[in-house]
Amino acid sequence: MAGTAVNPGRQSVPDLREPAGWRRAKNQIMTGLMGLAFLIIVVPLVLVLYLVVQKGIGAISWQFLSGPIPPNVMPLGFNGSGMGPAVVGTLEITGFAALMAIPLGVLGAVYINEYGGRSMLSRVISFMADVMTGVPSVVMGLFIYTIWVLHFGYSGLAGSFALACLMLPIIIRSSFEMLRLVPDNLRQGSYALGATKSRVTLTVVLPAAVGGIVSGCLLAVARAAGETAPLLFTILTVESTNTNLFSGANTALSAQIFANATSPYVGAEARAWGAALTLIVIAFVLMIVARIITARFTRYSR
Amino acid sequence: MSTVVKAGPAHAAGPAHPLAHRRPLGDRGFALLALIAGLLVLVILVLIAVSTAQQSANWFSSVGLSGFFSATWNVSANKFGPMAFVYGTVISSIIALIISVPVSIGISLLLTEVLPRRVARPIVYVIDLLAVVPSVVWGLWGILILVPWLQKIYGDIASGVKGIPVLDSLFGGPNTSGASFFTAGIILAIMITPIITSLSREVIATVPSIDKEGAYALGATRWEMIRGAVWPHSQGGVVGAILIGLGRAMGETIAAALVIGDSPEVTSHLFYSGFSMPAAIALEFGEASGEFRSALIGIGLLLFVITLVVNLFARVIVERSARKMRGA
Repeated sequence: MAGTAVNPGRQSVPDLREPAGWRRAKNQIMTGLMGLAFLIIVVPLVLVLYLVVQKGIGAISWQFLSGPIPPNVMPLGFNGSGMGPAVVGTLEITGFAALMAIPLGVLGAVYINEYGGRSMLSRVISFMADVMTGVPSVVMGLFIYTIWVLHFGYSGLAGSFALACLMLPIIIRSSFEMLRLVPDNLRQGSYALGATKSRVTLTVVLPAAVGGIVSGCLLAVARAAGETAPLLFTILTVESTNTNLFSGANTALSAQIFANATSPYVGAEARAWGAALTLIVIAFVLMIVARIITARFTRYSR
Repeated sequence: MSTVVKAGPAHAAGPAHPLAHRRPLGDRGFALLALIAGLLVLVILVLIAVSTAQQSANWFSSVGLSGFFSATWNVSANKFGPMAFVYGTVISSIIALIISVPVSIGISLLLTEVLPRRVARPIVYVIDLLAVVPSVVWGLWGILILVPWLQKIYGDIASGVKGIPVLDSLFGGPNTSGASFFTAGIILAIMITPIITSLSREVIATVPSIDKEGAYALGATRWEMIRGAVWPHSQGGVVGAILIGLGRAMGETIAAALVIGDSPEVTSHLFYSGFSMPAAIALEFGEASGEFRSALIGIGLLLFVITLVVNLFARVIVERSARKMRGA
């Protein structure tokens, strides 16, 4: 179907003989519906944010962020308890995942844009990175379970691997988009000065795109920090703090929220809302920093 | 060239002419590193398929073809038919699409064709905010707030449609539950709207302005311009965006696990409790061992294959429509 050709016989071409009043009314109705669509999606967002803040703010305190996780039956704030181990777990697991995925993702994007060019392999990798962003997070968790946990046991590291697998394609895609915007004459100018390709990439191309790359990475980290499913099969949610990322079961905010969501105890529920607020604040702060970086440091944009 | 010459071994191996000598070791090393990072994507995808297939082979061989297409899931009787989960995944995803597609397309048209850029930008931020709210937070809100609230509404609707032929079998029945296929559909719809919106917005933004101005010049109203100029151009890309949203909905785990009701039923009643593939994996995996665990990994593999096919298909459609657009 040649959708671009102007074909007067098409049904979609409007019949201008319609009465003007009806045509105008239809236009206004449709515009109104578009506004309604926006409202439909804003209402749940506002509701969820309002509830999380309302129910979570009472829980938040330094003690909540650092205290040990009590048994579910205990009330909120019991004996200096809170979500400390989960905060530690989320930070170390997500942090290490970022440490693995960011360099690999940026390098992958460098390959696609700087080295592969229009070659078949480069196009396949770029296409499959797109496809990989659609792999469900639960499958990534199972994957790490089968290749890592079955052999080396549950650990924070396994959780980091799963999150890194989720972040990798997102970082590749966003970095690739940014590298593509760097004008070619910057590269040619550097080659003309006798620089090698790696030097051009590292000292000219990447710095020129760094704003967009960093903000894309932060968005990927924000997504990963909230993931639960891949952690269930890799860290084996426990209640105690485990600062050793490389061995022993671990815990995370998202996993604790999931465990507490179906608990019948008021204290556990309150802790779940508190943890949800903490998690949302982490994700939003990362996102806002990404926005600021995009606004301040992006040199080339569409 | 002095810095280049320092990379000793490569230089020594190269021919004498200074401009023709081989690229220094560091430079080739970096290229190799980049290639390895790129290949990692393909390696991971292949490894996912191989490792999950290995771990679930046990289940595939013991259930056979008839067991594979069975919906009987009974752990104590060692019956592991996955189709009730497949059914729940498909039904909840379809409900999600029915809700989300008109909303997403409406918002993307609003952002690209109706509002000025100045107003559209903050709205884009709001939609992005929606995408960053973690799945488990949607699930928490769903199970503690939405489910109890919907429970009563479902009951009222069910008694209202009693005896009406088709509606009764979809929305009726005595066993309606707040946690159901439909509730999962609602939560999934909220979660996939940002991705469908942002992808279709990108497609719609590429419609040549000359086409739009042409439509206006012929006296079209904005809506007629959208139907006559924007829609024929962006149709393909929007279908691709919808398919990518479908893939997301099918793979969404935690939110669905908390609100779908967790009972492996195949029923036409949308307000009844059901189960989905990712939810089954997430909820049952802890206690599973032996063939049970193998079956859950098999469901994971099935989910991987289904979402992979949906995404492949979607990306091909998007690429093709983008190419067509560039040609126009």
